[in-house]
Amino acid sequence: MAHPYMANSVPALKRAMLDDIGVADVETLFEQIPAAHRLQRPLDLPPALASENELRRHLASLLAKNASCEENLNFLGAGCWQHYVPAVCDEIVRRTEWLHSVFGSPSSDHGRNQAWFEFASQLGELVGFDLVGLPVYSWGCAAGHAIRMAARLTGRREVLVPRLIDPERLAVIRNYCEPPQMASHIAIRFVEPDAATGMLDLDDLRAKLSTRTAAVYIETPGYLGVIEARAREITALARAAGAETIIGADPISLGVLAPPGELGADIAVGPTQPLGVHMNCGGGTGGYIATRDEERYARQYPTLMISIAETLRPGEFGFGLSLFHQTSYGLREKGNDWTGNSVYMWAVANAAYMALLGPQGFRELGELILSRARHAARLLETIPGVRVRWPGNLFKEFVVDFTATGRTVRDINKALLDHSIFGGKDLSAELPQYGQSALWCVTEIHSRQDIERLAETLKGILGQ
Amino acid sequence: MTTPPRRYHAPVWDEPVVFELGYPGRRGQIFGTPDEPIATTDLVPSGARRRTPPALPELSEPEVLRHYLHLAQMTLGMMGVSLFGTCTMKYNAPVAESLAARPQLAELHPYQDESTLQGVLEIIHNFDLILRELSGMDQFVFQPGGGADAAYTHCCVTRAYFAASGELAQRDEIVTSIQAHPCNAATAAAAGFKVVTLMLEDNGYPSLDALKAAIGPRTAALMINNPDDMGVYNPQIMEWVRLVHEAGGLAFYDHANFNGVMGRLRARELGFDACMYMLHKTFGAPKGGGGPAVGAYGCSAALAPFLPGPVITRTDGRYRLDDDRPQSAGRVREFWGNVPQVMKAYAWARAMGADGIREAADLSVIGNNYMEKRLLQIDGVGKSHPHLTQHRLEMTRMSLEKLKEQTGIGTLEVQNRMVDFGIDAYWLSHEPWLVPEPFTPEAGEMYGKEDLDLWVDVIAHIAAEARAIPDVVKTAPHNQAIAQLKPDWLEDPQRWAMTWRAYLRKHRPPPQPTRNAAE
Repeated sequence: MAHPYMANSVPALKRAMLDDIGVADVETLFEQIPAAHRLQRPLDLPPALASENELRRHLASLLAKNASCEENLNFLGAGCWQHYVPAVCDEIVRRTEWLHSVFGSPSSDHGRNQAWFEFASQLGELVGFDLVGLPVYSWGCAAGHAIRMAARLTGRREVLVPRLIDPERLAVIRNYCEPPQMASHIAIRFVEPDAATGMLDLDDLRAKLSTRTAAVYIETPGYLGVIEARAREITALARAAGAETIIGADPISLGVLAPPGELGADIAVGPTQPLGVHMNCGGGTGGYIATRDEERYARQYPTLMISIAETLRPGEFGFGLSLFHQTSYGLREKGNDWTGNSVYMWAVANAAYMALLGPQGFRELGELILSRARHAARLLETIPGVRVRWPGNLFKEFVVDFTATGRTVRDINKALLDHSIFGGKDLSAELPQYGQSALWCVTEIHSRQDIERLAETLKGILGQ
Repeated sequence: MTTPPRRYHAPVWDEPVVFELGYPGRRGQIFGTPDEPIATTDLVPSGARRRTPPALPELSEPEVLRHYLHLAQMTLGMMGVSLFGTCTMKYNAPVAESLAARPQLAELHPYQDESTLQGVLEIIHNFDLILRELSGMDQFVFQPGGGADAAYTHCCVTRAYFAASGELAQRDEIVTSIQAHPCNAATAAAAGFKVVTLMLEDNGYPSLDALKAAIGPRTAALMINNPDDMGVYNPQIMEWVRLVHEAGGLAFYDHANFNGVMGRLRARELGFDACMYMLHKTFGAPKGGGGPAVGAYGCSAALAPFLPGPVITRTDGRYRLDDDRPQSAGRVREFWGNVPQVMKAYAWARAMGADGIREAADLSVIGNNYMEKRLLQIDGVGKSHPHLTQHRLEMTRMSLEKLKEQTGIGTLEVQNRMVDFGIDAYWLSHEPWLVPEPFTPEAGEMYGKEDLDLWVDVIAHIAAEARAIPDVVKTAPHNQAIAQLKPDWLEDPQRWAMTWRAYLRKHRPPPQPTRNAAE
């Protein structure tokens, strides 16, 4: 029987093509492969689900074993955040024309290239920079590339990063900085937080900045949700030391928070998932890299870039790959790091998202998140034994300390799960100095009623 | 002159850049208002506040939808015939797409309690088992965000492996071939290794002597594809792997060109320690113009402790995320990979089954040999290593060197003209071009004989045009959404503009105020 995905699987057609080639059987076509290399038995795979109906039922039954953040109330964030995804974004990214496209050409895949340019252009407005590469795999990968760019730019091999950094992201950065055994290793030194504010300790930063420092990497909001209020001082200190400043910023905050470009950053990096992409169990992750449009920086990008350009037809514009030769495609091991398939379809979702929101949308969304997160933090703090660390300065995430309740985060989250609530990420193992603490995330998807339901449920669980 | 194979014209919308659309005050989305009036001055420290709003466009919701639909329509992609070599153009079934959009996948957070993720973990584990059977490897991970990232993962695993044995400082070289994808050399260098590149002999692959001269106590790994993207299979590959092992190195099989050998050979049985598959190519997940992608990385039990985490395991009927792995290479990317793509690849593998997968390999090799034979009958078309008489596998590196000599029309011009017939631009060759004026079709198993014939007919038609009306070819495309780009902006710092903001600054500067003569 012919297979629905394969037009030439009709036996007579296959035979006709073999006749045209001039071979007796298909095995002849594999004559390059020595017998000793060949698998001597049929593949042992689960049976084919030949009908779409069967396949759909099988997968739907597996997916039904999951409990999602739609039917439960979710407060997990930490690098993957639940934001509202407008239906227009979903409609657009599923369009077959570009969903199934590959490299193409600037003329034939003109629309997709324009959407990529609009991704870079709109993100540039948010972060305050006029040079933005096509996205990389994730925030951690973007930070890793940016640190390597800074090392090449300065000829120095040390980076300062905040002690309070997401361990998931740090693990990625560690790989990009290479182990100490490698000649091109970049040393990571940690800058301590100011315990009172959760922001960077500037005295510690001053003490650690030196002529070895290639880059100072900071984040705002940081891993634990704190807005870095002294970013301008930090970038000035880094500049005085001859180092580059890399600011990691969640673009969804940039309707209300100052853009990295304005804060004095040399390179901005961050996540793209918040801009119209579902969490997808972490599979919505993407990262951006942006700088001033100066050759000094442009020549160091590892990413593909799309530039607007004139066409042969007067007055007409298109969008083509720029600075391609300096990538790994052009120069192999002499290129800047490497590039390849990334998360370009999500860039289209990001572009549509930014166009939907516009300047007002980003401001209002930022204010709504600030207000809801602050409200949640305040409400949780009214529960005896529950403390919020740095409650006066947060964007969408904050640390809830349950130590004084005598209960572990693990216990509390387990009890919350029975009430269909996904509690915040347990920090007790990675940050033991904060006792039984968890990182909670509140966004625009949380209504006031959701937050009140959480507070009431927590009170019940904690026996109050 | 032959008759054009078919009439075609791309949609033309003259769609402005989004910044030129809209009207101040329009909006495309409302999120609700804070429950109590708030002042950002109270909630954001003064130094951290945004002072001027971002200069984003202001559009209504339908304007945004229509704008991006217009752009989608001006994307040819696979709407016609796309035989983009090295990328294994494949059917991306909508059934998998619609399942991936369900909240039970789209609205999952990777840090949820394991008990709430059993379905997705089962899918990933089951797909891991399928890849193990296809490769003979012992464990796969899906964290790498593409084929190049899987190559990088191999470099990270190699570092962790030799760090554990105390040999990392000594083993600082990775050996590859000039016909391996550039990402192998590039990721090795980015991981801190010195790259040793082997050149090809007349038979289409590097010699054993060249390999022997390249390996030794400094060798950390071999990173190699087979067949390469000329369609040439290195029959000495088992001896290669044996020699690399003897020298103390690891052997990584870049299985980018797996489509023609699926079900016929297994990486582990050839001796390899690790391999990678591209789920967005060989396994039916969509390409998205360049991701989200997955480079599924699999390895032997000996290398498994060094894999980036978490690794998904099954014990007593429960699925777990095992992240307690002290020798792990850490992370190459946050979380566990592009999970929806893994699910789509699993759906593809289940829709195909063992017989279907083997049939797909057969058809892709038949399709390539069928096309190759027809293409070589066109005056001006040749192929790499023409003296090699054995049939190529799922791709053949073709050449328009002769056509260029005869007419001045080379592969770039033909590529631009192809799209005038609704045929996606073909792949040329990775750098460096070993074959002059290269092009590399890959038939795959999806397209019917009629589509393959159309593709060849278009090449034949353009070759005839190159002789009769070369200017039409040189100035192509003519039936596309836009004409050919002028190359001069793309590499000129004074003119390139990767953002609208840079474009306005460089190309539409505001008029300068006239200087007062008295100044």
